[in-house]
Amino acid sequence: MIEALSDTRALVGRHFRHILRIPEQLLSVTLMPIAFVVIFGLLFGSAMKVEGSSYEEYIMAGIFIQVMMSNVSTTALGVVSDLSNGLVDRFRSLPISRSAVLIGRTTADMALAAWSCALMAGVGYLIGWRIHNGLLSALGAFALLLLLGFTMSWLGALLGLALRSTEAVNALAFMAMMPMMFLSNAFVPLDGLPSWLRTIAEWNPISSVVTACRDLFGNPTVGAGTGLPAEHPVLVSLVLIGAVLALVIPMSGRVYRTAVAR
Amino acid sequence: MTNAIEAEGLVKNYKTHQALRGVDLAVPEGTVLGLLGPNGAGKTTTVRILSTLLTPDAGTARVAGFDAVRKPKEVRRRIGLTGQYAALDERLTGRENLHLIGTLLHLGRRNVRGKAEELLERFALTDAGDRVVRTYSGGMRRRLDLAASLLVDPPVLFLDEPTTGLDPTSRLMLWGMIREQVDRGVTVLLTTQYLEEADMLADRIVVIDAGKVIAEGTADELKQKVGGERLEVAPALADHTPLVVSALAAGSVSAPVVADNGRTVSVPLTGGMGDVAAAARAVEGLGIDIAEFAVRRPSLDDVFVTLTGRTAEPQEKPAHEQEHEKEKQAA
Repeated sequence: MIEALSDTRALVGRHFRHILRIPEQLLSVTLMPIAFVVIFGLLFGSAMKVEGSSYEEYIMAGIFIQVMMSNVSTTALGVVSDLSNGLVDRFRSLPISRSAVLIGRTTADMALAAWSCALMAGVGYLIGWRIHNGLLSALGAFALLLLLGFTMSWLGALLGLALRSTEAVNALAFMAMMPMMFLSNAFVPLDGLPSWLRTIAEWNPISSVVTACRDLFGNPTVGAGTGLPAEHPVLVSLVLIGAVLALVIPMSGRVYRTAVAR
Repeated sequence: MTNAIEAEGLVKNYKTHQALRGVDLAVPEGTVLGLLGPNGAGKTTTVRILSTLLTPDAGTARVAGFDAVRKPKEVRRRIGLTGQYAALDERLTGRENLHLIGTLLHLGRRNVRGKAEELLERFALTDAGDRVVRTYSGGMRRRLDLAASLLVDPPVLFLDEPTTGLDPTSRLMLWGMIREQVDRGVTVLLTTQYLEEADMLADRIVVIDAGKVIAEGTADELKQKVGGERLEVAPALADHTPLVVSALAAGSVSAPVVADNGRTVSVPLTGGMGDVAAAARAVEGLGIDIAEFAVRRPSLDDVFVTLTGRTAEPQEKPAHEQEHEKEKQAA
């Protein structure tokens, strides 16, 4: 147990060193979230109106989640790179617990996600986003966001191990992300959608998490839709995220065990 | 003497082909076994099974006294593995790479640092220790990779084509380091495509082809299989070749053979130095100019060609890429 902890700590340390070594990576987790807040919040906010509130207040939860979702490709690409230079072979030939390598990477990627969240919150404040339900409930929202980021990292680890190629990871992540994000209430209220599309968007897990965050931050939840996911967003989000996590962690562990370098 | 590595009837099937069709190996403690084979023969698959990275479909493997399939963790504590490509973290420095792997081997902080310095020193990497591995040359990477596999002083070392793609100087340096390990009593299993490498380093050689062991023995024994020493005589002028043939035929048990160049005539040497002296007198009696008069021992290259019907040198691609491609397709 102590060994497993020290293994994980050493591997997390490895990833932090990477971040310090390659400023590009730090830049991408720094600039990209800021750019999202500025583009979606300021630019779109200047044209879009949300009933009873400002678009800036409305959009922030969506941007937070968009950035958490991008953990899928961050982690997947890192795993592919470890596989392709033979490092995974070396790790697998060491007497360490097999989950340590993946836990190390997903934990480090979650720390990056926390950094992104903090930045987005700061820039969001500058453009007019506020929390209204008190600090405790806002911290709950951030905890939910990080849990989502962590889960997406594990999904990314599984994808990277299964696909084993940068191109495949990029293509699949993009193809899955676009509809997931845009067919939800992340960026637009669902009221105006045709009813069949609205049903899909209402049951999109992303919508639940977005609504849950808006609830917890005290941001407007207009156009969240109806039905179970819209009425109990926090509960539904936790159940869904928990289910994905419970599925993805053992699966990645299994794939890792037999992973061969490409 | 006990065997540090023992494999019996190893079989590994992939969807598209059979990588191993029953490989048996035994490496006595403190010796070096050279695993020689052409592209895609199954060398890497064998090493991956023995180093617990891959599970065989049939057969047993014992390494350092433990079953590689049932007790992989025990085996991992006792082996060092240097793969075909240097398995290093490109973005960490050489020193950080050793520290990371040492920590993962649970050597204890102080131990790790001391051991890392010692290895950097021994492998002539002290000055480069704080440079990021990405900036290292191929030879430096291999050295660091080997250093990383020596952090625990493993009693068993797997070296999978350790010098493929290296320049001659780096190769010699690496050979020296491998010999150093052997002198310390480490058991080594070395795969290689370079016959010269197997000849230089290995106590015994196993030749595998298409997933099967096709020959085994010391380098000398294998050379014997191809035939003993031969005497080669070449006249300066091709016109004189028939004269040389008849002169050598007189003292030989079998008919002299003329090589493709039309000049080099060879006969097997069965009677040792006496044969050589008699042949020398007979040739001198001809009164012609002789360009070459030599006793030749078969090389491992000859062994290889005789056994597999192919040359051993890499053709278009290094073997590991092809072997890996097959694994990739299969996986």
